Order: sequence, then C-alpha cells, then structure tokens
Amino acid sequence: MERTAIHRRLTWQYASVVDVVAETARTKTIVLHPGDWDGHLAGQHVDVRLTAEDGYQAQRSYSIASAPEDEHLVLTVEKLNDGEVSPYLTDELRAGDQLELRGPIGGYFVWKESLGGPLLLVGGGSGVVPLRAMLRHRRASGSGVPARLLYSARTRDDLIYRQELGGFDAAITLTREQPEGWTGHSGRVGRKLLADVAWPPAERPLVYVCGPTGFVEAVADALLALGHDPARIRTERFGPT
Amino acid sequence: MTTPISRGFHGRRSDGDQAARVPPGNYLTRDFPVLSAGPTPHNPLESWTFDIRGEVAEPRTWTWEQFIALPSERVTVDIHCVTKWSKLDTSWIGVSLDTLLDGVSSSAGYILAFSDGGYSTNIPLDDVRDGKAWIVYEYEDKPLAPEHGGPARLLVPHLYFWKSAKWVRGIELRQEDAPGFWEGYGYHNYGDPWKEQRYTDD
Repeated sequence: MERTAIHRRLTWQYASVVDVVAETARTKTIVLHPGDWDGHLAGQHVDVRLTAEDGYQAQRSYSIASAPEDEHLVLTVEKLNDGEVSPYLTDELRAGDQLELRGPIGGYFVWKESLGGPLLLVGGGSGVVPLRAMLRHRRASGSGVPARLLYSARTRDDLIYRQELGGFDAAITLTREQPEGWTGHSGRVGRKLLADVAWPPAERPLVYVCGPTGFVEAVADALLALGHDPARIRTERFGPT
Repeated sequence: MTTPISRGFHGRRSDGDQAARVPPGNYLTRDFPVLSAGPTPHNPLESWTFDIRGEVAEPRTWTWEQFIALPSERVTVDIHCVTKWSKLDTSWIGVSLDTLLDGVSSSAGYILAFSDGGYSTNIPLDDVRDGKAWIVYEYEDKPLAPEHGGPARLLVPHLYFWKSAKWVRGIELRQEDAPGFWEGYGYHNYGDPWKEQRYTDD
C-alpha cells in the first residue's frame, strides 16, 4: 500500500472490514481495506467515526498497527469497559462491515529511515501498537538501523502480538505476574531496566515511548535521569491521569 | 456521500444541557488526559522567566516571583482537545494576557507562544486580547501539575487545547504568521473547535 505521501485534504472515507482477529481478551486487530489510501508513515493514526441509526455520531483516534508496506491497513483496538467506541469495534464489528475513517494523521510520533537511530521503542500495554508499525516498517524497508523494543504488560495473557514479537529484538517485562517458566523481565520499566536494555545516552538513541500517561511519565523521567537527551525522546500518551 | 449506519451502534449521549457545550466530533470526559510530544520538563522556578519579545518597542521579562505578584483572575471555562475530549467548568488562576500586554506598543498581528522543551504554537494577537487568554499557574486551586503544563501554561479556551501551550515561557509578537509545532505537523493553523478545524484543510 506504500505510495508517496502527498499533501491532500483529509476526507472521511469508507474502509471495508476484511477481518477481525482476537489478540488478547481485551484487544482485537481490525484488518481494513480502505477505498482510497495514499499511504502512511509508521506511527501515524486514523480517526474512526461511527454513526447510529438516528444520525448520532462518535469518533475516536486509533494508532495504525501496520507498516506502510503491508497489504492492508490494520488497527489494534483495546476495549475500554466504559468506552463508547472501543466496545463496538472489539465486540460488534465483523468482516464485511464498513467503517468510516480518515487519515493518516500526525507527523511527529513517526519513524522513517532518514531519522536514523539506534531506535529504542518503549511501549506500555496497547502503546505497543504504533511501535509495532515501526518495527514492521524497519524490517520491510530493509533498514540497517538497529532497533530494540522494550514492552511492558500486566500479564503474559495481556501481551499483544506475542508470537510476532519473537521475531524482533524485544525485551518484555510483566508487571503483575511471573508465570512459571517466564524468562523475560519482571516489574515496571524504571531506571534499572532501561539501563540494562537501552543503548547508553552516549549512543544517542532515538526513543519513542507510548502508553498510558503514568507509564510514559515514569519512563520519560527515568530516561532523563539516565542522561538521555530530551530532544531525542518522543512520546504519545493515552488514558486519564 | 450518504453517511453509512454503523450496524448495532447506539452510542452514549451526553445530557442535553451539557451536550450543547460539546463541539461537534468531541465527547465529554471527567478525566484530564495528558498529551505531550516529549518528556515533561522539570526546571527550577528560580530560573523561570516569562518574556514578551519580538515586534515590541520594549521587550518585557518577569521572574516567577514578579509574575505571581501580578494581578490574577479566576477563570472557569470549558476546554476542548483535538483528540476528541471536552471537559466542562475547569477552574484556573492566572494572569490575563491583557495585563501582560498592557501598554505594549506593537503593530504585530500574531503571537508565537514558546515553551520549555521546544514546543510552540501560533495564534492571532486578537485571539489573546480582551479577556480571551491567560497564563495560568493554578488548576482547581492547586499548583498546576507538571504533566498538565506546570509551573505555568497558556490558556486560550476558545481554541483547541494544543493552542494552550504547556510550560510556556513567553510570547513572541510577529508581523507575519508562522506555524508552531503541531501546526507544522498537519494540524489546523487556527483551530476553532466549533468549526471542527482539526487538520490543515478542515
């Protein structure tokens, strides 16, 4: 689907739902075929709009999970129990439905080869979604930029893209359990884990941090405490304070 | 194009009274989401200053002590984020831009607000005068939290909230408009929530 991204007006359009795949108990991956798509950059998002029979509408933003090179446009959505849009996307939407969207949106929390590296991606929960797009793009484009993912989830069952992550340089930490046979890390991402996993500040890694607000605040503060350059740290946050 | 119905979608509507205060495409939240492009800056108040510079006869600078000694106002307003949330009746304390610009002689038509961390945002000068904008340092009667822009942020409630620059350190008055941080990444140059001016050509 990769095409040269050109400036054009962002209009609402339909996308056909090709498939809906369960990632975890709380997340679904939605595979879409948009009618008209000029390509995107890894890390961008789309706006999704739902319309009820009486015309009532609701819209939300979701990160793109697919690489620009992938065949389909893919979103991975976490269900929020008190949500208005996400429960519909995870529980009701199915193959053959039409979804209204516009995008791609956002030009800062993106990675492309020309930005270089080494690339450190730090994700909490569903914050791994745009980072997965970057990892897939790096591989598909044949980039030689070193890239490493540090991914924090509550439990092993909460890990999104669990099988796929085995194919990347990925360190995983679980914060709420240590299942039998678990060989990854345990506990929250802090200075110690970052010092173990991240390139040292002298290597000037380009860092992308995405996750719930508290997670991003803690990780970014720890990176600064370790001496990383704030201008090399990009963040994207979601959820309440 | 005709709007497609999302099979099985009913939605959650706001109360009529409150719904009228939420711009199109936005929804009501009681949380206070945090959106920032980089790490939260933590700089000591001793070295904090607020500057008015650019197209002015005499630039001005306030230290933190001087700034919080200025006449302040309590402001209770609704705020609207381009990421779709709106929050009603938020309460702030800060200094009106009218106070800061009082006596400033300039032919500028625009400001560029600038912040710790390198953030910036552009606004027509008329949109920060006549009781429309403040530099606030308290939220709900407490010092403004760092992740929400503390020690001080710009507050321009009639525009999308990215215009209310966090960690603000001053404003530059300009003859010609120039895009700020998000405006350069595809977001609308003006950002009126009631016209849904989210992205460049909206």
